[in-house]
Amino acid sequence: MDVEAAKLIGAGLVSFALGGAGVGIGIVFGHYLSGALRNPAAAQGQFPNLLLGFALAEATGLFGLVLGLIILFVF
Amino acid sequence: MSEPVPSEHVSGFALDPMHQFKVTSLIKIPFGTINADFTNASLWMVIGVVFVLVVMLAGPRKLVPGRLQSVAEMAYEFVANMLRDTVGDAGRPFFPFIFTLFAFIMAMNLQAMLPGSFAVTSHVIVTFALALVVFVGATVVGFVKHGARYLRLFVPSGVPIVLLPMLAVIEVISYFTRPISLSIRLFANMMAGHTMLKVFGGFVVGLGLLAGWVPLAVTVAVFALEVLVAFLQAYVFCVLACIYLNDAIHMHDH
Repeated sequence: MDVEAAKLIGAGLVSFALGGAGVGIGIVFGHYLSGALRNPAAAQGQFPNLLLGFALAEATGLFGLVLGLIILFVF
Repeated sequence: MSEPVPSEHVSGFALDPMHQFKVTSLIKIPFGTINADFTNASLWMVIGVVFVLVVMLAGPRKLVPGRLQSVAEMAYEFVANMLRDTVGDAGRPFFPFIFTLFAFIMAMNLQAMLPGSFAVTSHVIVTFALALVVFVGATVVGFVKHGARYLRLFVPSGVPIVLLPMLAVIEVISYFTRPISLSIRLFANMMAGHTMLKVFGGFVVGLGLLAGWVPLAVTVAVFALEVLVAFLQAYVFCVLACIYLNDAIHMHDH
């Protein structure tokens, strides 16, 4: 296969990383919501942890983006 | 992608989404063979630092704070609480460092949201330098506090002896990928956000008056998200710095 074509396919495959990030963010917010509905009094105290979890989950998708850019522009 | 696509210019603005990250030198500084020019990145760093200094130092200190003083006090309280929650009282000597880190990243991230400004934190070398300072600093603190016992950080306790070598290797790898993940997280978030804004901005120009308002609305929504992300990433960077510091000061309590 042509190297150029393989690069483009690889860069496209990298977008699968976003699936993982989406699942992760969904789990973070879903579990926060179910926990908050069970015990609304404790919800406010866990809000910073929610944001931390969101940012950490989102970053994994962006690692994929960086991989894609490396595949496209570095090699 | 052997050659970069030549950027189209529409009334002086580049449509290429990567054009905004270009570092151009404003003042040439001869310094041997090293390029030490004063670039647009340096300019926006100086602007950000001056802005932080103005917020933190301007005006007389009053018992009932004014607007600027309120912002300064809120920032102080926020970082102090973050440090106290993650490290505890032992982290108090490191407050100036964490606060400086937070203020710098926050100022860089937020001023990058101004149209026409330069996103300093969307360059991996800037964030990697910051992350390396955190990583090396935390390691030095750990060794100063615990001496050679700090290496026990890599040996988890309560693990079957057969698994221990494998887990130790994993711990070492995860320790040394900390600065990489810390820097890539901030850089990738900022770069992705700004690229996305520019791509949707390009759609607005491309679709014109007829349908351009649809991507314009998306741009406004993404902009709001990016302001949140700008704050969130500064917060996450500092929380992780605090966690690494906590590991160094208290080691794992196991």
